[in-house]
Amino acid sequence: MMLYRQGKVPGSFYDGFGQEAVSAGPAWAMHAHDRLCILHRDLAAHLIRGVTPARIFGQYMGRAGGITGGRDGNVHFGERKVGCVGMVSMLPDMMLVAAGLAMAFKLRGERRAALTWFGDGSTSRGDFHEAMNWAGVQRLPVIFVLENNQYAYSTPTATQFAVDPVERAAAYGFPGVSVDGNDVEAMFEATRQARERALAGEGPTMIEAVTMRMHGHAAHDDMKYVPAEQIEEWRRKDPIDRQVRRLQGVGVDVEALREDVRAEIEAAVAEGLAMPMPDGETATERVFADEPALLEDGASRWSGF
Amino acid sequence: MPTMTYLQAISDAMRQEMRQDERVFVMGEDVGVFGGAFKVTDGFVEEFGPERVMDTPLAESAIIGTAIGAAVEGLRPIAEMQFSDFVSCGFDQLVNVAGKMFYRQGLSVNITVRLPSGGGFSGGPFHSQNPEAWFMHAPGLKVVAPATAEDAKGLLIRAVRDPNPVVFMEHKHLYRRVKGEVPEGRYETDFSARVARAGTDLVVIAYGAMVHTALEATADLDGASVEVLDLRSLVPLDEEAILASVRKCSKVVVVDEANQMCAAGAQVAALIAERAWEDLDGPVVRVATPDVPIPFSPTLEQAVLPQVDDVREAVRELLEY
Repeated sequence: MMLYRQGKVPGSFYDGFGQEAVSAGPAWAMHAHDRLCILHRDLAAHLIRGVTPARIFGQYMGRAGGITGGRDGNVHFGERKVGCVGMVSMLPDMMLVAAGLAMAFKLRGERRAALTWFGDGSTSRGDFHEAMNWAGVQRLPVIFVLENNQYAYSTPTATQFAVDPVERAAAYGFPGVSVDGNDVEAMFEATRQARERALAGEGPTMIEAVTMRMHGHAAHDDMKYVPAEQIEEWRRKDPIDRQVRRLQGVGVDVEALREDVRAEIEAAVAEGLAMPMPDGETATERVFADEPALLEDGASRWSGF
Repeated sequence: MPTMTYLQAISDAMRQEMRQDERVFVMGEDVGVFGGAFKVTDGFVEEFGPERVMDTPLAESAIIGTAIGAAVEGLRPIAEMQFSDFVSCGFDQLVNVAGKMFYRQGLSVNITVRLPSGGGFSGGPFHSQNPEAWFMHAPGLKVVAPATAEDAKGLLIRAVRDPNPVVFMEHKHLYRRVKGEVPEGRYETDFSARVARAGTDLVVIAYGAMVHTALEATADLDGASVEVLDLRSLVPLDEEAILASVRKCSKVVVVDEANQMCAAGAQVAALIAERAWEDLDGPVVRVATPDVPIPFSPTLEQAVLPQVDDVREAVRELLEY
């Protein structure tokens, strides 16, 4: 955000402030050879897969060293070398891509699973239905994580749907579970169980992560449409504060951890700022692939607990 | 060399690739047990089983979207739209997800989307379209449109092996009308143009079914030597072959079965205007379907789709210019 205000981040700035557990829990539960299609508020998932903070800063700033080399912005990326497919802005398109990844696992008889996140607003679109139906019919090893963060831009869920999407899972022939999306361990456990189900050939699971988008849709949005008491209520449920208390309860020195992270971030910002902007001459290159460039397994030390 | 119909050549291409490469599979509505609406995959499910000849729900966005997922994981899906018209329901996945994937994140999407296209048999407004220009305008997609049985097989094999998304326009009206000698085994046809008939006085540039219309229209024109250039591939567009024919013939008629506005032929005409102006001995003439939905009744349909006489008349007029 600081870099955005300094004018170093072109376009707007999107983040997942207040809903960090929604991406961290599931990303930890998925193994290195599983696949993730990551949504724009799920920065933690990229970090857990092993994408370095410096490259993410480079990505936000449109630098040549960012994950897309400046070809796409902010969290619109997926590092293929760690098994991730980046989102497009049309939502929830990646539900179908994730179903396709799972279809490949099933066709090849592999014990692997795919997972994707999608938002409450995108459940109104046809691709939600097509993906839920397809995954149900083919009993695919796929996990759909609904980030119910209460607002699609300014539109509250009451305007978006009459029936909570998690209840619709049963209509497609597989379970939907509603989880406290601000509890990273609950998200981890729900995903771990869904993954076990997928690997056992029992088909898809939908997990609803009930959370709150604590920033505006993007940096330009002051979120005036959200009642102050709603923000206050959710502030008390902050997922990071909750996990900090848990860790302190088991004797972890969280302050020391914070210091480590702060130093790492500062170094990463410096590294990102040192990356050159991409050369305008390259903008018309590499529209087509000359040879296959496919997904590779994640190599993160954190994947696959 | 065996003789095959255009349809048999398409089937043969898929069968050969599926036999040799276990990554290749077909998916679509009614393609399995039923063998496809046009029987292109007739007998496939018996040979390859229901997993590799996948009957899908009626969901075009899902067919293309899941094909993309399977492709980035290393498979080579061939997705059939039952009619090219229905690709509009899968447009977003094809244009936004598949087309931009490699440019944005270096992830190649090896999918082939087969689009049975074209009119001429009273299919009406939703079973007769030629939507190739939609995809020519979408970066990252290749678009090919064979006219002959031999090219249908070779271009399809090339498409299946191409690491990029390829939109394969197969003209329904050619399925059983066009026959020809087709090499056995597996061969690739380059995504480039071919001279269907050499000539020196005028060149007709066409693709798909219109190649046959052009050949018939110019078979006997009072001794005029008319070249017919079959584009075969629209993206990439074989610009050098187009310019070479224009330099040789100096007069050009461009034929599209598609609606004329921003059609493939419009791109060809623009290319010639930019790069071959001084080689021309007359205006570039276009013959295409006017900008109307394709009507159902035979008299109405024939009134809008380019007919042999329409092309012949355009060629005659230009020859006299």
